[in-house]
Amino acid sequence: MGEFKVHRVRFFDYMPSAIRAMAFNSHTERLALVRADGALEIFNFADHYFQEKVIPGQDGRAVEALCWVGQRLFSAGLNGEITEYDLENLRPRYTVEAYGGPIWTIGSNKQGTLLMVGCEDGTVKMFEILKERIQFQRNLERQKGRIVSLSWHPSGTLIAAGMMDMIRIFNAETGKEMQHDPESREVVVWSVAFLSDYTIISGDSAGKVQIWDGLTGTLVRTHLVTKWDVLCLSVSQDESSLIAGTSEGTVVQFQFISSTVDQQEEEWVRTRTFKNHSHDVRALAHTETAVVSGGMDTQLVVRPLLDKVEKNTQESAMRKIALPHRSLVCCAKKAGLLLFQFPDHLEVWRVGESDGHGEENTHTHTHTHTHTHYAYSALSPCGEWLAYSTVSSVRLYRLQYNNISITKVGCSTLTLLPLFSVSVIVHTALFINTIKCMSELALFFSSSYFQLDKLSIVAIETTVTIYGSVCLQLHCTVPIYSSCPTAIAIHPTTSHLVVVHADQQIFEYSLVQKEYTEWSRKLQKQGLHSLWLERDTPVTHVTFSLKNPAHIILHDMFMFCIIDQSLPLPESKTLLYNQMTLRSLPEQERIRHSHAFKICKNFKHVMCVSLLEDHSLVVVERPLLDMMSQLPAPVRQKKFAT
Amino acid sequence: MAALYEGYTLCGLVPGQTLTNSGIQGIEAERDSDHVVVTDSTRSVTLYKVSDQKPLSSWTVKQGQTLTCPAVYNSQTEEYVVVSDNKVIRIWKDEDILLDKAFKATVSSDVWRVHCLPGGEPVVLFQRGAVRLLDSLLSAPQQPIEEVLAQEEAIRWSTNIVADSQQFVIFTTEQKGDSFLYLHRLNPNTLQRYRLEREEPGLSPLSFSASYRDKHICLLYLYPNGHVYQSVVSVRGLGGDEGAQALPLPRSLLLGLPVGEGLLEAASAQLLDEAHVAVVGVPHPSAGAGKDFLCIWNTNFQTLQAGKEMAGKIYGQLWTFSNKLFIPHGKTLSVIPYECPKSSLASALGKLKQAKTEGELKQMSCVPSWNNILHGDKAQPSRPAETRKTVSNFIKTKYLNFSVQTAPVEEVQREVEGLLSRADIQDLQPLVGQLASMLVSRSLADPAFYTPSTLAQLVHTQSLCHSVCPDLVLLALERRDFFLCQLCLQFFPDIPEAVTCACLKAFIRVVIKTGEEDKEKSSTPPEPICPVGLHKAVLLNEVLLTAYSDTFLLPHLKDLSSQHVVLFLQYLQFLYLKYSQDASPQMHGLRSPSLTQIMDWVCMVLDAHFTVLVMTPEAKGLLVNLHSFVKSQVRLVSELGKIEGSLQELNKMKVKKDVGQYSIEIIELF
Repeated sequence: MGEFKVHRVRFFDYMPSAIRAMAFNSHTERLALVRADGALEIFNFADHYFQEKVIPGQDGRAVEALCWVGQRLFSAGLNGEITEYDLENLRPRYTVEAYGGPIWTIGSNKQGTLLMVGCEDGTVKMFEILKERIQFQRNLERQKGRIVSLSWHPSGTLIAAGMMDMIRIFNAETGKEMQHDPESREVVVWSVAFLSDYTIISGDSAGKVQIWDGLTGTLVRTHLVTKWDVLCLSVSQDESSLIAGTSEGTVVQFQFISSTVDQQEEEWVRTRTFKNHSHDVRALAHTETAVVSGGMDTQLVVRPLLDKVEKNTQESAMRKIALPHRSLVCCAKKAGLLLFQFPDHLEVWRVGESDGHGEENTHTHTHTHTHTHYAYSALSPCGEWLAYSTVSSVRLYRLQYNNISITKVGCSTLTLLPLFSVSVIVHTALFINTIKCMSELALFFSSSYFQLDKLSIVAIETTVTIYGSVCLQLHCTVPIYSSCPTAIAIHPTTSHLVVVHADQQIFEYSLVQKEYTEWSRKLQKQGLHSLWLERDTPVTHVTFSLKNPAHIILHDMFMFCIIDQSLPLPESKTLLYNQMTLRSLPEQERIRHSHAFKICKNFKHVMCVSLLEDHSLVVVERPLLDMMSQLPAPVRQKKFAT
Repeated sequence: MAALYEGYTLCGLVPGQTLTNSGIQGIEAERDSDHVVVTDSTRSVTLYKVSDQKPLSSWTVKQGQTLTCPAVYNSQTEEYVVVSDNKVIRIWKDEDILLDKAFKATVSSDVWRVHCLPGGEPVVLFQRGAVRLLDSLLSAPQQPIEEVLAQEEAIRWSTNIVADSQQFVIFTTEQKGDSFLYLHRLNPNTLQRYRLEREEPGLSPLSFSASYRDKHICLLYLYPNGHVYQSVVSVRGLGGDEGAQALPLPRSLLLGLPVGEGLLEAASAQLLDEAHVAVVGVPHPSAGAGKDFLCIWNTNFQTLQAGKEMAGKIYGQLWTFSNKLFIPHGKTLSVIPYECPKSSLASALGKLKQAKTEGELKQMSCVPSWNNILHGDKAQPSRPAETRKTVSNFIKTKYLNFSVQTAPVEEVQREVEGLLSRADIQDLQPLVGQLASMLVSRSLADPAFYTPSTLAQLVHTQSLCHSVCPDLVLLALERRDFFLCQLCLQFFPDIPEAVTCACLKAFIRVVIKTGEEDKEKSSTPPEPICPVGLHKAVLLNEVLLTAYSDTFLLPHLKDLSSQHVVLFLQYLQFLYLKYSQDASPQMHGLRSPSLTQIMDWVCMVLDAHFTVLVMTPEAKGLLVNLHSFVKSQVRLVSELGKIEGSLQELNKMKVKKDVGQYSIEIIELF
């Protein structure tokens, strides 16, 4: 295959923001996660933990709590508003002002009819959930001091509220305060959980997990788990297990078991401690098989409980999701430019000349004017056109590099978008790798392509649909596959569509013949190599070689791969990662041992791999260590042998 | 270290009229290592059993006849061969009583020697250099014998050697002051002639000794000026140009022996093994001018390994058979067993001293010395200022000899101080040794005479060693001059274990007497308590730092009394505890032994006295403690062993290249 010049770029200072809250919907197996910048992410736990939806955040909208009600997702934040999200169109559907000051917590009853929020002014406000909106119903008895945490008893009659120094229990019907459990000294009850046997479990800023009898208001048991705060609690659905996240970065598990073998009576016993975070654990979810945690260190960690899953399988492996499952980098192949997308600005850089070691930057920041963050962005191959989208609009700019300037060419609201973008594409052959919206069709997938003047691809969850872009007529629909597509591209010369799915399957579909290509059929017949399928990060980008049409270049977080379609596919017994072996073989022997998947693992934490027109590769890395070094100091550092 | 053991007399001698002749013509090995044939210079041959020191049989030729060559024993035929009156070869067996009735044959030319090696055939060397095998000679006794040597050339010494199943006759000749070496190979016969390099005019070698090793013949020869040279001839390169021009024979100076006044007259050097040479008739370096010494020198390290004074006149004759030296002296022939263990630097110098860097040597002045402790600084000898002035060695020697041997203490001190301040110390090395040994011998002879500061000054020059004046340390011990002892232990690289042990004994004993007072003064912190005073600690440390070798030290250590052993062990234990607690033991002002040295000494003392200690009740706690040390050491080592692998991995770990923000790299995909 030969030598490649690689531009190894590490100056993309992408920094994900801290995880603030999460909510797990066990029916749909979706995890909703919200970050400190207000961005909402939906992970599909049923489909390889793929990050399938992202709603960018907005300045000044700090979400404090999330709550699923059936398929509907509500959030509340310190701006005092309750928001329901439109998960189809990936934008907030509406917001409702609660008029109680900053909202600390949100929760719903089990029946899904009522929503309650805990406010700074000491009120618990109840909202009725209607079909299209929510409506304020009433306030519970107002307390002195803010309501930090809330938990509804499964019967729906009682509500436990964690406050400063105390836990109060309200009658949900009458709104009258029933009991309170005074704490001895100044503590914040960060989290409460009301179990069906009327046990209340609280986690507080004194580092204690306490178990109370909710009927009598007496303390049953205190577990001191940390010197710092216990920030969040999560109870498994069957109420047999409880996890608590602390400021030290640990997650402590308690189980409701009998502490000795012969003892009949069961109690909450501290069992396991997980240390997967360096910083505060701010959000927790207890799924049936795993502990899901996230916090200040920005990583989402899925730690399977080994007594619930089969050992030594892919399912039992711990996952750390540190980088987004979509491309934040766009490469202009002809001009050798890189577009970096940050939440609130974009940067364009030029890669260096062949001998240079210093990066050459041509700069350029654009800022959104609406305080909403970027959703998607793209740069045309010639580097002249830059387009981006936010939650509400798409904008197109023209870049001039001799004396750097940027001119706004067009701006469209979502309804105007299709016509507008088509005209741009026709004239500039611009690839816009961005989200589009048509009146009745939601286009929210990152890999939506506008290809020349012919076609656009739309992928809605698992369905990939092709539209002719001039008149927006349906061209064809690719057969539905059970797993989400993670990367899509159309070959510029052969018009083959390449789709890579979250389960690592690769399909090639001929848009001319409207059927899977021969190579794709062969690949499906033979099956992918088991090591390929075992990789745990999705392919986030597919591109092609302009020189050799048989080459497909794709990458995930830990490798990039050039698939040479002219070579035989690796069989199950052959070595998949065979580059080292081939290197040691004499040249004549190599052909016999080589196969289609040329995998290079030299690079780590890859955010983009692209092939420039001069056949040199651009690899954008974002080393995790660099990201870790930007975090504030943790409250507790692990010292050797402590 | 090589050693000479107590000798015994094999027989009396009847010296010739001139007194320069011992009356012994030669000694040859007989059937085994315990039998020798001694041929006297006149008429008789005697067979001795050496260990019994008695003659087994004796043969004599008739009055008027003389034996002109030492008798040899042919072990193949069990016959003796001797030559009488230069031309008559006599052969007889053990059971023959009368030599006259034995076989004889007259040859046509004068015989120089008959040589026979055990298992080899007898070889006859004629005076004119021709060589014949005895058998072939006897088949035609009157056969003509060619002349090999030139007119005025005469054989001085000869031997034969078997090398790689080839028999060689080696002989040296002298012609007009030049010396030549002949190497005659038998079957096939070849002859090679070498010219020895000339020493000072008029000097020709006093003795030769040859040996064969590693395919080379090694020739050792001693000149009257005390130089011992070695020449090495390869056996392989022999042959070819027979009788051609004499080749120059390269030589290397092995030893420069001290000769005292004048030249050596009767002396001999004999190779014992590859590293040791026995020398007789050369003065002992520290015993004045007398030349009646038998010494063993190590040629690798140029050290004197053992010495023995031989009573009576030395004739410069020396034979060696199977670890016994045969030496005629006065009116006796003595047999002196010796031992030359395989020498290495460690055994020549003992256990290596702590490696001293230049810096440490300088720091030594801050080491508290015995004198400092007792008298403050005033007794500290001033280092002589080094000013260079060329003084003839000869004059200095003469002058000092005179003053040192007769002058009073103050004058000697002044003279020596003056000398040391005047000249470059390095040039004075031989003189310093001579001076020191003269002072020591005078002090030993005259109890009133002792010059501690002068001796200390001499030791401080670091040009002295124990071999040069072996009595110095013992003298210092005798005079209770512990400062000098300390200096000697510090600066002498070659103190024998016996002397080290004597010092140790003296140190332990003396401080026990004054020990109580010392304990009061000792400034050591209460935990752990030092069992000895500071003074003793300083001295004992010096002993611990001395080089030694286990096998030689062990027997001497056994002489310590159990009380002393317990005290010594207590001190060692104290040191061990102190150093294992303290990370930087070298921070103490004391010259302190390393942990390994301490442990070595503990092991050795325990080895020497274990049975006694087990029976001693007061040693019980000590032994228990020491046992726990051993256990802790074993544990430490095993723990270290465990992490060894990990540490090696660390070493192997590649330093990850810092990639930086942006770089252009080349990768190759296959």
